[in-house]
Amino acid sequence: MAAARPDTPYEMEMVMAVENWLTTFPEMERADLIAIRKALDAGYRAFSRSYGDLIESLFDPLLYFLVWFEKLLLSTPWWLVILIVVGLVYGASRSPKLLVGVAVSLLLIGYFGMWENTMRTLSIITVCTILSITLGIPIGIMMARSDRTQAVVTPVLDIMQTMPAFVYLIPVVMLLGIGKVPGVIAVVIYAIPPVIRLTNLGIRLVDKEVLEASMAFGATRRQRLWGVQMPLAMPTIMAGINQTIMMALAMVVIASMIGVKGLGQPVLKSITNQYFTMGLFNGLAIVTLAIIFDRVSQAYARRTQRHLQGNAHG
Amino acid sequence: MAEPAIRPLVQVRGLSKVFGDNPLVAMERIGQGHSKDQILEQTGQTVGLNTIDLDIQAGEIFVIMGLSGSGKSTLIRHFNRLIEPTQGQITVDGTDVMTLSEKQLEQFRRHKMSMVFQHFGLLPHRTVIENVGYGLMVQGIEKSERRKKAGAWLDAVGLDGYEERYPAQLSGGQQQRVGLARALCTDADILLMDEAFSALDPLIRSEMQDQLIALQDRLHKTIIFITHDLDEALRLGDHIAILKDGLISQVGRPVDILLRPADAYVEAFVRDVNRARVLTADVVMQPPSCRLTNENLEEALRQMRGEEKDYGYLFKEDNFRGIVSRRAIEAEISKSGLKVDLIQLLEKPMSVHPGASLEKILPTTLGHPYPIPVVTDDGDFQGVVSQKDVISALTETRG
Repeated sequence: MAAARPDTPYEMEMVMAVENWLTTFPEMERADLIAIRKALDAGYRAFSRSYGDLIESLFDPLLYFLVWFEKLLLSTPWWLVILIVVGLVYGASRSPKLLVGVAVSLLLIGYFGMWENTMRTLSIITVCTILSITLGIPIGIMMARSDRTQAVVTPVLDIMQTMPAFVYLIPVVMLLGIGKVPGVIAVVIYAIPPVIRLTNLGIRLVDKEVLEASMAFGATRRQRLWGVQMPLAMPTIMAGINQTIMMALAMVVIASMIGVKGLGQPVLKSITNQYFTMGLFNGLAIVTLAIIFDRVSQAYARRTQRHLQGNAHG
Repeated sequence: MAEPAIRPLVQVRGLSKVFGDNPLVAMERIGQGHSKDQILEQTGQTVGLNTIDLDIQAGEIFVIMGLSGSGKSTLIRHFNRLIEPTQGQITVDGTDVMTLSEKQLEQFRRHKMSMVFQHFGLLPHRTVIENVGYGLMVQGIEKSERRKKAGAWLDAVGLDGYEERYPAQLSGGQQQRVGLARALCTDADILLMDEAFSALDPLIRSEMQDQLIALQDRLHKTIIFITHDLDEALRLGDHIAILKDGLISQVGRPVDILLRPADAYVEAFVRDVNRARVLTADVVMQPPSCRLTNENLEEALRQMRGEEKDYGYLFKEDNFRGIVSRRAIEAEISKSGLKVDLIQLLEKPMSVHPGASLEKILPTTLGHPYPIPVVTDDGDFQGVVSQKDVISALTETRG
């Protein structure tokens, strides 16, 4: 024991340094860290200052469409909207029970004074879903075609799904400001992974022999994709679309923080002011929309895939 | 039986396939004569096919048979290049399949070869008639013509009335009939059948085999048929190639395989075969031992006594007329002398078809004292089968 005791001040210093290193993490200098932050922030700020307007103008068509679609839903008489929605529900599901349920819940939403906000949310969710599908399915197809693409895209999807939404809201807002378009971008980033993943999975799960059969008869790549792979992957892709819609609805409240109008804003107001009932009603309206989307898309998927089960075997 | 010296429709030369990241190393070892197991151990590469040579004649059913892992499914996928070979050549009707570009290959698959799959490979989202017409749809043929042709082939396989059903609504046997009709619908000369009947239960399987044989009698396609079932191979094949560990063990006619197995592996295979079902009358028949051409009773009797036979086979101008027994002649002579003509003593005997299986002719041979004549549908006499012939064919181990 005695031999281990440090004798000179220099040795003493050495021992302390080692002990320090063992007990507390060897952090980088605070000043360095601040410098890095400053450099990145300044760099991004400069980028958004010089290119922000240009990028914003790229999104103008999307903005016009969003505004137009929202106005369309808001200016259409409520009974006509209910009729159209109910018509779509029946066309997709052929279920009278679902039809009555949807009609009653929409009437209740209107009766409780949430009609306009519901229409705004409906419009933005519809646009986000269409956008996610049109971007997601081609990406999913590319992933299914090449293992390398899959290896690159998968971790990106992981990040998109686990990174807290607030974090990627910051650069989007810095670049595009507050409003509908950044809201849509945030929702799409959060909601698009399921449709990409399940398109990829669905195509990869297509029965090898069926695909071989189409090759053996001389089908081209395009004939194989549209005639075999996509139709057979459809149940899985539909499950992905369903998930995407659900996740988009879940983002409504967060999107309202950056100025997206709709059912999310009253919910946000309820949190800050502790209006329990108001929060509950608007929350229930979101749930109602979710149920409508979910049941309709699932009923549609089931109905179009019914022949895949051998119900008339004999 | 000498084969006619015509050029085979499909020729396979030196075809090898190695699965793995470094096939060339494995190819080198194949060249040095290493076995599949050795190569896997030394290099980690799996040899699928090992320098295969095959000649397939136009219009025959050529069966490639082997157990799982023998490479048979890999081999059949080389004919239409669903799998690319590591080395080797396949020539179909003068075209080297390996040199075709992607576009040419598509055309080749559309018009030259079609394929039937073990698990049918039908499109579940299309109706039966659309499935049958799939090959034509790929070719861009318009719908009305497609439906007409597909409908005709659906009739041919006995599934008329099922046009608008979906595959999942049919039984396994019906689904494979759809698969067969789809393959026939493109009018390709060559039909690849990959374990086409293996997924069906035994009764349906033999029904399908019958149907294939009946269709083949009419269509004269060149059929390359893969199976793991030797009974099926012997029943369908004009020629059979036996594949083991990616190597051809033996190629030959069913009878050659059965009676003259090339090695211990093939022999072990054929040991359990029900020979009674596979061997046919023309394989075991002999020339008749006592061939009578003279109608004179005494002459006939002398000949039969000389050859120590109890029965004689009477021919007139090379046409078989019937059988006469020694006892009948002796009785006739002692009763009435030589006045009666031999023809009047003839018995109209039982006869069997040359293609009849031993199983079928066994009761006939056991039930009659004389060797049974083998006669074709046209009345052509081919030979005779005795009880002894049948029994020795059923019991002998090597020819």
